[in-house]
Amino acid sequence: MMIPLADLVTILPELIVVSVACLLLVLDPITPSHRKDLLAWMSVAALAVCFVVTAGGMGDRVSAFSDLVVVDGYASFWKLLLYVVSGMTILLSIGYLKEERIDLAEFYGFVLLSLTGMMIMVSGADLLVIYLGIELMSISLYVLAGFKRFEAKSIESSAKYFILGAFSSGLLLYGISLIFGVAGSTRLVEIAAAVDARGLDDPLILIALMLVIVGFGFKVAAVPFHMWTPDVYQGAPTSVTAFMAVASKAASFGAFLRVMLEGFGGMKPNWSGLILGVCILTLILGNLVAIVQTNVKRMLAYSSIAHAGYALIGLVVAGWVGTGAGVSAKGVSSMMLYLAVYSFMTLGAFSMVAILRRGGDEGEDLDDFTGLAKRHKGAAFLMLLFMISLAGIPPTAGFIGKFYLFMAAVNAGLTWLAVVGLIFAAVSAFYYLRVVMVMYMREPSPDQESETRLALSPTATVVLALAVAGVVLFGVYPWPLVSLTASASLP
Amino acid sequence: MPSRNERILIDVSSGGFPWLTLVVFLPLLGVAAILLVEEALAKWVALGISSLVFLVSLPLWVLFDESTPAMQFVEAHQWIASPSINYAVGVDGISLPLVLLTTLLTPLCVLVSWTAIETRVREFVISLLVMETATLGVFVALDFVLFYVFWETMLIPMYLLIGIWGGPNRVYAAIKFFLYTLAGSILLLVAIIVLYFYAGEESFDILTLSNAGYPPWLQAWLFWAFFAAFAVKVPMFPFHTWLPDAHVEAPTAGSVMLASVLLKLGAYGFLRFSLPMLPHATQRFTSVVIFLSVVAIIYGAYMAFAQADLKKLIAYSSVSHMGFVTLGIFVLNAQGIEGAILQMVNHGITTGALFLCVGIVYERTHSREIVDNSGLAASMPVYATFLVIFALSSVGLPGMNSFVGEFFVLLGTFMWSKALATVATLGVILAAAYILWMLQRVVYGTPAQHVAPKLHDMNWREIGTLAPLAFFVFWIGLYPKPLLDVMHASVDHLVQKQANVMVVDAGPPVPPPAIAGTGSFPGPSPTKVETR
Repeated sequence: MMIPLADLVTILPELIVVSVACLLLVLDPITPSHRKDLLAWMSVAALAVCFVVTAGGMGDRVSAFSDLVVVDGYASFWKLLLYVVSGMTILLSIGYLKEERIDLAEFYGFVLLSLTGMMIMVSGADLLVIYLGIELMSISLYVLAGFKRFEAKSIESSAKYFILGAFSSGLLLYGISLIFGVAGSTRLVEIAAAVDARGLDDPLILIALMLVIVGFGFKVAAVPFHMWTPDVYQGAPTSVTAFMAVASKAASFGAFLRVMLEGFGGMKPNWSGLILGVCILTLILGNLVAIVQTNVKRMLAYSSIAHAGYALIGLVVAGWVGTGAGVSAKGVSSMMLYLAVYSFMTLGAFSMVAILRRGGDEGEDLDDFTGLAKRHKGAAFLMLLFMISLAGIPPTAGFIGKFYLFMAAVNAGLTWLAVVGLIFAAVSAFYYLRVVMVMYMREPSPDQESETRLALSPTATVVLALAVAGVVLFGVYPWPLVSLTASASLP
Repeated sequence: MPSRNERILIDVSSGGFPWLTLVVFLPLLGVAAILLVEEALAKWVALGISSLVFLVSLPLWVLFDESTPAMQFVEAHQWIASPSINYAVGVDGISLPLVLLTTLLTPLCVLVSWTAIETRVREFVISLLVMETATLGVFVALDFVLFYVFWETMLIPMYLLIGIWGGPNRVYAAIKFFLYTLAGSILLLVAIIVLYFYAGEESFDILTLSNAGYPPWLQAWLFWAFFAAFAVKVPMFPFHTWLPDAHVEAPTAGSVMLASVLLKLGAYGFLRFSLPMLPHATQRFTSVVIFLSVVAIIYGAYMAFAQADLKKLIAYSSVSHMGFVTLGIFVLNAQGIEGAILQMVNHGITTGALFLCVGIVYERTHSREIVDNSGLAASMPVYATFLVIFALSSVGLPGMNSFVGEFFVLLGTFMWSKALATVATLGVILAAAYILWMLQRVVYGTPAQHVAPKLHDMNWREIGTLAPLAFFVFWIGLYPKPLLDVMHASVDHLVQKQANVMVVDAGPPVPPPAIAGTGSFPGPSPTKVETR
């Protein structure tokens, strides 16, 4: 069978990423150990090429492989974000893997494979294609989570992630099979048609819808499907944690939104209330449990759950009954904006954890940050910026993200939801500021002075610079990002 | 009602030079400079920059046109296209005095910290300057989102000022301050967004939003949302509990910034937003706010009596004095509001100076307790003189600044309710009692033996910190006209708008308030296109 060239051109970025990933796996054994950095740079170069390709073709809606894959502004936006995030992960990992003595180039190969899965997810117009993307992403992440193979914690993280991930994939797949039974197809357009034809009360479709929501709920770490998050995030190597918290969440949200709006758009009355419940539960639990954490990595894990709650506000708005298309699109674009902003600040915060070393380990305990402002003023100040941005305080990007979300919520008539969101933003300020407090207002003990240091490689510096640029620039001048999300939004 | 396109921001007097942007962002330029110089020079740069900001802010005063309530020195540039958010700044008779107060006090804050702050000097002065930019931004912002950005930004440097350089219990006080004020602002942001959609003008412009009418039920909700944010900042009883902690733990400069500038933001918010945007709700709830103000006046004074800690005493006296400010605002007549604005400036000068005084003696005795600081007149005569001046100013002695402000406020209150004015006057008497008692002990008491060797009189730097404020105490006390002239047009306009709503409410049928607001304010001259 001949594959049309046009179809291949449509998925050119995916092809580039997956071939470089395979190439890396082949080159790894024959590359001398002091040249492994070259392989990392090769992946970054591939991402740069993909960035140019995707950005250049942005705007038009192109579908390929008989509508299995679609490349529209929406997919392109997520891909651009994913390239940036993956690139930053790789740059951060170059120094980090050496510190942890796990510098194998396979690492970069798996990051790229995982990225391929994510790209397929956001481009998929068919539930099975999206499912395949999810699996490719997840399986690569299972491996990455266990990359510190000498450490029980990392292995445990990998195993937990694998078991719960497989379970959620199973649920999702079961939902997909039910839908296939009803609609006779797994394509989103045809699902939408079947929904229109069978009405809102068809029990089979309802069950399938529930299963799909549960499956995606796992992937975006929304309450009550979040149980795996803290342990997995804490045990995995920090650069992998950052990658999971940012890239896998963004891609899952991207696919989730497309499935809900393009596949189940006719059933908004059925799911918007459900998502609203999940959203509020996520906000409450994520923020409240984060308060009691004393491990920064674990705190950031709960914070990433809480931020999933904020992002879900966008989905609630998009699905809220009685809102026009314009308001619905604002819900989608505000969520895209939020996740973009979230990516920069979360990556920044995790990068700080990764470069702060105590003895031979990572300085992931809150205690390790004690008095950081005395010893490393710049690092402490960057962490301060990331923390106030996560708390949503201006003039940082975190505020802009929340502002647009709450604008969308009020526009949809959900003023009370904006109030709830803001109340929990105030709650979150408490635990984010605790990091600031220990850095600036506590004196380090003498042994901390001697034991903690910053493992600041040049590439990690670039990552921090990018993250802080995103946090500050999009806080002070958000218009480029805002207009990009507005134009790339799903209708 | 002026439509969006008509709302032209008339630049009355600046001749196009961006004075306000210069004033607001010059401190940030100073921050950049401080990062470049070595730590030993940081104080000098901060002093130089903040003094320069003060000098640059003087033309605002000189060029200000007192005859119009319109915004002046206006600059407007698009910041975000959708939704339309502008970088728009300007001052009128209400904000100008507060801008000048801020620029005056910041260099004094640097000066008083000269030897008091020994660790992390660079970070300290950076926090102060960021603080100055944020507070100035709040006073001059003409876009509601811009206002909110400055309003919240301010929390971070203040949090650091209290938490890093404060007293023993500083961490608790800092987070309490932060969370209290942040929680208060939550509803403010939602209210801003609701206003935007309800006005339907596709604009966050404060003047546009002020002219759009809102139905009474919505005004009621928005009023309390605003109230939560502003009352915490003022702070009004019963939202004042963060204040004593923050004041006591903050370093001297932090206390001065808190008392003199931060507390004014809440009152300014009432004047800029609650009154003009929600006239109906303002009139409906005015008695509640007045009641709380009077409670604050009496309660603050009563609490001040019981304090053995000088800073706590002044903190509670602040609650009492700010009660006069909110009282003056919500009696809704020209006397009351002018008195309130004057009282805001006075409180900034007097209470700021009192905190400076406490800071100066604390540097010597390392105690804020009255018993440890008694009988200072013998060993520190110059200091004692200044302390007496500012204490008497705080009491409201005729010939000094607070007398004029309190007099106007009480006059306005008297027109509103004679009984209430009588009760509020009780606050003045109580103030006289607790302040004079404090003076009796601190200045004329028996010298505390264990601190006597540490006492030496003020040096020239410290005199230089207090002297400008003493000058303003007498200037405003003896000749307040220049300051009052600046306010007249803006305050009259504000009161007029309230009066129009009252007239409209009396007679059927009820048109939207905003139409009434501009209806009887024809203003044929082109400079009146814009109304608040």
